Amino acid sequence: MAASGIGLILFCTMHLAGNLSLYLPEGSVFNAYTAKLEHLSLLLYVVEAGLVAVFLLHIVTAIQVTFANRRARGESYARGLKSKGGETKANVSSRYMIVSGLILLAFLIFHLWQLKFGPSEEAGYIAKLEGEDVRDLHRLVVETFQRPHNVALYVGVMLFLGLHLRHGFWSAFQSLGATNPRYSKPIYCTGVAVAALLAAGFLFIPLWIYFDVLGVYK
Amino acid sequence: MSGGMNLNLIVWRQENAGEPGRMMPYKAENISQDMSFLEMLDVVNERLINEGKRPIEFDSDCREGICGACGIVINGQPHGPKRGCTTCQLHMRSFKHGDTIVIEPWRSRAFPVIRDLVVDRASFDRIIQAGGYISAKTGSHADANAILVPKDDSDKAMDAAACIGCGACVAACPNASASLFTSAKISHLALLQQGKAEAKARVTRMIERMDLEGFGNCTNIGECESACPKEISIDMIARMKREYLKAMFAPIPQQKADAAG
Repeated sequence: MAASGIGLILFCTMHLAGNLSLYLPEGSVFNAYTAKLEHLSLLLYVVEAGLVAVFLLHIVTAIQVTFANRRARGESYARGLKSKGGETKANVSSRYMIVSGLILLAFLIFHLWQLKFGPSEEAGYIAKLEGEDVRDLHRLVVETFQRPHNVALYVGVMLFLGLHLRHGFWSAFQSLGATNPRYSKPIYCTGVAVAALLAAGFLFIPLWIYFDVLGVYK
Repeated sequence: MSGGMNLNLIVWRQENAGEPGRMMPYKAENISQDMSFLEMLDVVNERLINEGKRPIEFDSDCREGICGACGIVINGQPHGPKRGCTTCQLHMRSFKHGDTIVIEPWRSRAFPVIRDLVVDRASFDRIIQAGGYISAKTGSHADANAILVPKDDSDKAMDAAACIGCGACVAACPNASASLFTSAKISHLALLQQGKAEAKARVTRMIERMDLEGFGNCTNIGECESACPKEISIDMIARMKREYLKAMFAPIPQQKADAAG
């Protein structure tokens, strides 16, 4: 869980780094970026296959662990458990990792279907880039985020991403034993910051486009 | 005992592991706030015995917080509402007249109920048997400073050795994981010179045993630390994971031979 989780955090970071170009007024930068990725052809497939493997490892392990943990309890407490406080990390984040995780999984499938496997050159989404025809993914993204229900969905799901990473980041370090009592708190705080930054970075893209902050999408 | 409290107890009653149990209401009357929680149950039991009924069974031994025998979940909190305290050290002053108190056994598939509030914690013994000791004969008492131990290490080892094996960590864990117990037992040996020789074999065998017993998996929620009567930190769990990875990536020659053979 921990190793694959770190891998997925790195993926999210790179994904956001690329997506930051969506904040720019010219769509050509984002299109150039996606075209570069497409041009990697075989290498891209290798990277994508690796990514799918990491996702599957993370998801399958998570589901197995959840079922095993339910079984381990046996009879449940009549009125549930109540925290005794202190240094505990018990919160909505840590207690409902499987819920936020499954929401992210459902979103991931929808997100791939909507954009990656969404309308392409055949549907007229063509941009000219240095004289070459490439997929105008930028137009698709802008059109998607001009619809309020998409904006609401993406913003909502990104809040769950923040919730998931808030516990996930620190938890990965703890599970790998890569902590020291002295660094435990700083690592937890870094995790909160990473979760907030990643969630905010993704979350403001749909809002940026919907409210047309730069006044370029009309 | 003037001015005693009256309390409504809701207690888990179960004949044995094979039969289903259920919650039953009881009244605890004229309870002094100076009584311990177990003494309050003693009062209730005395009445039940006088009425010809079967008393509520619970574990207890030293009644001073060091043996680890007692342990029940009180209103969803292992060992009750106070931190760093066992059930026998919990006093009735923590409750008010008229309170309803829900009393249940530790809930874990690896801790089957023997009767009422008594659970079978032999799974903990089997984890220890898997390697929670030093196999060499230590002989008679060694000279105090024959083996020098840095103060920091001895403090940490002592913190880990404070574990009384009561099982509150398992009871409090939303996943019923025994990681805090196992990590404490691994840590107090791994930190000291005498324990280091067998550290790799120990951590591997104890974790394998822990998983085999049907405990859940640690998801780093930290409720174990919160419920632990000895306030053992989940830093122990991080150390256990670190020791496990060390054993996995740099196994000792004997383990390599075992794996090959």
